Amino acid sequence: MRILALLFALLTPLAALATGEEVVLGLSSDRVSITTSFDGSEILIFGAVKRETPIPEDPLEIIITVAGPSHPVTVRRKANRFGIWVNAEAVEVDAAPSFYAVATTSAWKDVLTDTEDLRHKISIGRAIRSVGAPMEIRDAPHFTEALIRIRRNADLYQMLEGKVALDEQTLFRTAIEMPADLTEGAYATRIFLTRHGKIINQYETTIDVRKVGLERLLFVMSRQQPVLYGLMSLAIAIIAGWGASAIFTMLRNR
Amino acid sequence: MQIYLPVAEASVSAFVLLGLGGLVGILSGMFGVGGGFLMTPLLFFIGIPPAVAVATEANQIVASSFSGVLAHFRRRTVDIKMGLVLQVGGLIGAALGVLVFNYLKSLGQVDLLVRLCYVVFLGVVGGLMFMESLQALRKARRAGGGPAPKRRQRTWIHSLPFKMRFRTSGLYISVIPPICVGILVGILAAIMGVGGGFIMVPAMIYILGMPTKVVVGTSLFQIILVTAFTTMLHATTNYTVDIVLAVLLLVGGVIGAQIGTQIGLRLKAEQLRILLALMVLVVCGKLAADLLLQPSELYSLGPAVGH
Repeated sequence: MRILALLFALLTPLAALATGEEVVLGLSSDRVSITTSFDGSEILIFGAVKRETPIPEDPLEIIITVAGPSHPVTVRRKANRFGIWVNAEAVEVDAAPSFYAVATTSAWKDVLTDTEDLRHKISIGRAIRSVGAPMEIRDAPHFTEALIRIRRNADLYQMLEGKVALDEQTLFRTAIEMPADLTEGAYATRIFLTRHGKIINQYETTIDVRKVGLERLLFVMSRQQPVLYGLMSLAIAIIAGWGASAIFTMLRNR
Repeated sequence: MQIYLPVAEASVSAFVLLGLGGLVGILSGMFGVGGGFLMTPLLFFIGIPPAVAVATEANQIVASSFSGVLAHFRRRTVDIKMGLVLQVGGLIGAALGVLVFNYLKSLGQVDLLVRLCYVVFLGVVGGLMFMESLQALRKARRAGGGPAPKRRQRTWIHSLPFKMRFRTSGLYISVIPPICVGILVGILAAIMGVGGGFIMVPAMIYILGMPTKVVVGTSLFQIILVTAFTTMLHATTNYTVDIVLAVLLLVGGVIGAQIGTQIGLRLKAEQLRILLALMVLVVCGKLAADLLLQPSELYSLGPAVGH
């Protein structure tokens, strides 16, 4: 048993060496704070490729993904019933990231093969997991397409082909714009090194997106102490109403 | 200046919200209405989720009605007893309304319900008001057309049991009609995020036969309690009251209301009513168009049911 463990310990660095190239990463910040004046944020992701062997001749490609927390989403389609447009069919998508950005060094078809995409779920379409659509809906793919289209229009899903800058096959960087309506959570950030569409190394880290200060206080309170939160809203309303009446009566009587 | 709303999870310009609050405040001061029926659709248009708009607007109405009812208390034009009876109905109605609201939310039809309610009620109220004030204007122009004769008939209302005496209103009637009116307004308050003044006031005058001078104060008094209850229900069951949004609307609203009152004093009653009717019809038309025309995006996203 002990010998086996020793053998393993010896073999692991060798396995890492076989690929020869590794990612060293930096982030402009590993935390996004949603404050009252939050109006979107730009995150700079940069790093270097560490290698102990000479640079291979085939071009190195880099893919960077940032994914917000995944939630199930109901996609509804309107249909004309009795002359008005109402929500008719619905498909539940089991898990869709609330935010997803993919940045690459070149055109998508040059950086990744379909098999690798399937295995690591990198492209936007693959990052969404949808298994069971109701039997009566035949065109379930339309619903997932609609989900992607709506979120792309809101800049929540971004496909940034060629937006990763790579210098000397070693230094890379990209900037990812995050819109104002972000959900809280740990945003998984992945970096893939590829050659000929095959992944040769990958690295993962997280960016923490959180409401802070007053935003955090109010949000948490509205969920955990709804009664107190409701009473507070009412108190503010009554004080404001009384205050306005009192101030304007005073002004008029002067 | 963008402000991130913690519950609506959207970033909206603070000036837009202050402006909207002010605009609706001016209108509500001019016309003596709560303004909820205008504010909630306007909040839909700027992209606040309907559930949040409805719940938050209920909270804002508490403020504007409270501001208004103080003046009526000073003038003793609030029938507290009638207000409390209406209230009993109002609470039942609000609870029913929130139940319906939550059920339809689980079906994904809450948008439709809220919008349909708006189109129907705005259309009916706006239309009636427009016709009535046009007639009033025509009559005033003909001059000499005296005030319409007031009839006080004994209707079916007076033959119902459980009679009660309402001193301030000078009425001796059954409690059943006020409770029914209360239930109706309570349901509307919960579903539409409105105080329901625009339904309550005509109902008090024409159905209950209350004297006009106590109607507005009493309606405000009971609206405060119903909307406060609605706010609590939405806050505890849906978590959709956005306090930051409410405060911004409030500030604009209370200032606007005072300016509006001054403008209102300088216009004739019929002109005011025609303007209000036109405005109501415009909002109604916009909402109806959204329902009747094919939307550019047929799909919409919502949180999964049961999560």
